[in-house]
Amino acid sequence: MARLTINGTVQTLDVPPETSLLNALRDELGLTGTKYGCGLSQCGACTVHVNGDAVRACQTYVRDLGDARVTTIEGVSGPVADAVRAAWLEHDVAQCGYCQPGQIMQAIALLTRQPNPDDAAITAAMNGNLCRCGTYGRIRAAIRSAARMLSLATEGAEP
Amino acid sequence: MTAFIERRAARSGGIESPRFSRRTLLRSVAGAGAGLTLGLLLPSRGAEAAADAGEGPADARDGEPFAPNAFVRLAPDGTVTVICKHLEMGQGVYTGLCTLVAEELDAAWSQVRPEPAPADAARYNNLFWGPLQGTGGSTSLANAFEQMRRAGAVARAMLVTAAAQEWGVAPAEIETAEGVLRHPASDRSAPYGAMVERAAGLTVPDPDSVALKAPEQFRLIGKGDLRRPDAEARINGTAIFASDIRRPGMLVARVRRPPRFGAVLKTLDEDAAKSVPGVKAVLVLPRGVAVVAEKSWQADQARAALNITWDDSAALTVGTDAIRKQYRELAEQPGTVVRNDGDAAAALSDPEGRTLEATYEVPYLAHAPMEPPSAVAHLTDAGIEVWTGSQVPTMDVLTIAEAARVKPEAVTLHVTLAGGSFGRRANPAGDCVAEAAGIARGLLDRGIVAPVQLAWTREDDIRGGFYRPMALHRVSGALDPNGRPVAWRQRVVCQSVLKDTPFAPILGAPGIDPMAVEGVKDLPYAVPNVHADLHMPETGVPVLWWRSIGHSHTAFAVESFMDEMAHAAHVDPLVLRLDLLRDHPRALGVLMLVAEQAGWHAPMEGGRGRGLAVHESYGSVVATVAEVTVREQTIRVDRMVCAVDCGLPVNPDIIRAQVEGGTVFGLSATLRSRLTLDETGLVRQSNFHDFEVLRQASTPEIAVHIVPSTDPPSGIGEPAVPPVAPAVANAVFAATGRRLRSLPLRVPS
Ligand code: FES
Ligand code: FES
Repeated sequence: MARLTINGTVQTLDVPPETSLLNALRDELGLTGTKYGCGLSQCGACTVHVNGDAVRACQTYVRDLGDARVTTIEGVSGPVADAVRAAWLEHDVAQCGYCQPGQIMQAIALLTRQPNPDDAAITAAMNGNLCRCGTYGRIRAAIRSAARMLSLATEGAEP
Repeated sequence: MTAFIERRAARSGGIESPRFSRRTLLRSVAGAGAGLTLGLLLPSRGAEAAADAGEGPADARDGEPFAPNAFVRLAPDGTVTVICKHLEMGQGVYTGLCTLVAEELDAAWSQVRPEPAPADAARYNNLFWGPLQGTGGSTSLANAFEQMRRAGAVARAMLVTAAAQEWGVAPAEIETAEGVLRHPASDRSAPYGAMVERAAGLTVPDPDSVALKAPEQFRLIGKGDLRRPDAEARINGTAIFASDIRRPGMLVARVRRPPRFGAVLKTLDEDAAKSVPGVKAVLVLPRGVAVVAEKSWQADQARAALNITWDDSAALTVGTDAIRKQYRELAEQPGTVVRNDGDAAAALSDPEGRTLEATYEVPYLAHAPMEPPSAVAHLTDAGIEVWTGSQVPTMDVLTIAEAARVKPEAVTLHVTLAGGSFGRRANPAGDCVAEAAGIARGLLDRGIVAPVQLAWTREDDIRGGFYRPMALHRVSGALDPNGRPVAWRQRVVCQSVLKDTPFAPILGAPGIDPMAVEGVKDLPYAVPNVHADLHMPETGVPVLWWRSIGHSHTAFAVESFMDEMAHAAHVDPLVLRLDLLRDHPRALGVLMLVAEQAGWHAPMEGGRGRGLAVHESYGSVVATVAEVTVREQTIRVDRMVCAVDCGLPVNPDIIRAQVEGGTVFGLSATLRSRLTLDETGLVRQSNFHDFEVLRQASTPEIAVHIVPSTDPPSGIGEPAVPPVAPAVANAVFAATGRRLRSLPLRVPS
């Protein structure tokens, strides 16, 4: 039995400890928004947040998670997530959409740490997320838009 | 499929719209509940003949030969459901089909929802392909352009009639916009949903009696700001792909396939696999051994525990180096003549002129869609249900029936979203769906009645065969003493993708696969002497159509060589193309647009270069300018500027997205990807670390410019791919003076 904190809820799973987080999410919890693309940390389709950091669920194992907070595309929320989603819609980024949950989780983690990333920072953060449909340009544009939205919101919030 | 080829051939000569509507009958089918379903009855060939013979309306005579075909469903809450006969795999076809219906229906964009059509060749056939339901050849919008608009127009007419009856006014006095009916004279209005029940009771008008809008009346078609109607599901994790299907009691399968193409099972020791907890069955399939377990990780473990030896006696046991050698040898021999204008041989041996010759080579390539092939199958005594992202449902139904040993009528195929495809999910061999159906059969035979999911791993995908064929082109050209191209000879060596498939009958003259020579046979340049021939070697490597099929390599050879001819003639490559394409106005249009937008004549500093390519495919023409920087062995693509003429731009933003995506796809093949076999026939690559594709860091700025047009829409999913590689190779030449003739491009040290 494993206990995991997923999207704010403690879940008890009957899986061996060497099960990948990706399999636990997709096959045990029905959280299929997190995708499989390679199983080798080569594509980023499985990106989730563990304690707010973007990690590859395919190479993260249930036994290593302990009390860590796992957040998936289904559960991610907050101003950064809202800005990223709004920017993704504004730029109509998704083609097939299969890689997009991973891209979005990666982008949210980036903008949470670094609200105003320059181009090099965007490249560095997003380079591990493949998109065979070729939406890279729109992803970059959407991250810039989200950063702008967030900076406007922050300015607006100041007295 | 014959019709498909003929239609494509017809399209390449000029633009035409599918003509089906003359004898189309629409009738309403009041479905269960208070909805209005519009059934579009497409007469079969027999019915068309009967109608021609004056036997009256087909459905009045006999409903049997006609399958009702619903494209539009209106609910009382105002939701407009558009039933989409084409697979959504990222190309935006749901948006396109919804746009066409919503345009003529005068629906508000926000009330439109796409829904996948089930497999049903009679109702949901691709009008370019005959009685076959399928998505490919960049035909979706073009074949459905009038069909979907008529479906929307008829729905609108019925809503207008319903409102006219309700309000006691003349239909002609009623206006529609944004999903609302209005009678200005009496200041009455009603949302569409309010008229749905009344409309459902009406007789459906003859669609030919319903006027379609003139282009200047369009409010959705051609507008750039339509968001994909299913965009939210794709960013919040709720979009369901085949690999996301979860059914109660569903089991999970993995298949171990022979590592060499053509090998078969020799010995199987399944004990270790069977002892893995949760394992339900080990099944021998025609090509491999399946393990079925309760959980995916159990299936993975069991697959690894299978103890198998393979019989390689019929297997491919040579590598791609040997195949390339075979190709090069063939290139020395004359092939089957594909085209022969004038006397190329004579012009090439004219001592007065100049000749040049070059050989271009491209490797095998996997499609590598982000979602590897996947299917769920559930066989019971009543029949089989399958969920998969199918590009050609009609073909997959037959594949499933055969593998599950049921009648095709007993197959229910649910078409899901596909996480990319690029041709991979249009496999006549039906590898993944055949395996899933075969596994379902094996389970039922063992008394296990449960749905089973087969999800390929990336390794299964990369090593699974069905690649873009390796190809070699040897091209010779002659320039007359004034530097004008007077001869073009091209020898193509390329495996056939059609041979040994159910579509083999459409192979052209003996030995000619039209898909191996598209772009060569129809070489558009005004060169007086053209000779082209083809070798189609057998290699034992399974091949398949891959985004833009033959154009993916023919354009590389043709457009690179055109650049070589221009340089040999000391003519600007743009100027030479404009001259030799003078009878091709659409090619001239994209060339001029791309040259202007890219600043073709602006000088570039050292180490940088600009290259141009233009190519027509699937009825559309794309011209691309690449700008590169070459430093030592590294090619950096800085910018790609594309101009496209795809007829009437139905969804300009989707067109831009397809050209961006097609350009990135082409850049992967240009700069990164290749699939090779070692000298014993084992695929060397297995995953994205060694089958490399473009990433964010290498993606250039991509600018897309659309030529305004009122011609019927033509293809957009594929045409951006072909010009990419030659544009980049030509840019590398401009930057360095080095001509790279093999993909992926590598600058020698
Ligand atoms: S599936 Fe985890 S990185 Fe590809
Ligand atoms: S949108 Fe299809 S793989 Fe990225």
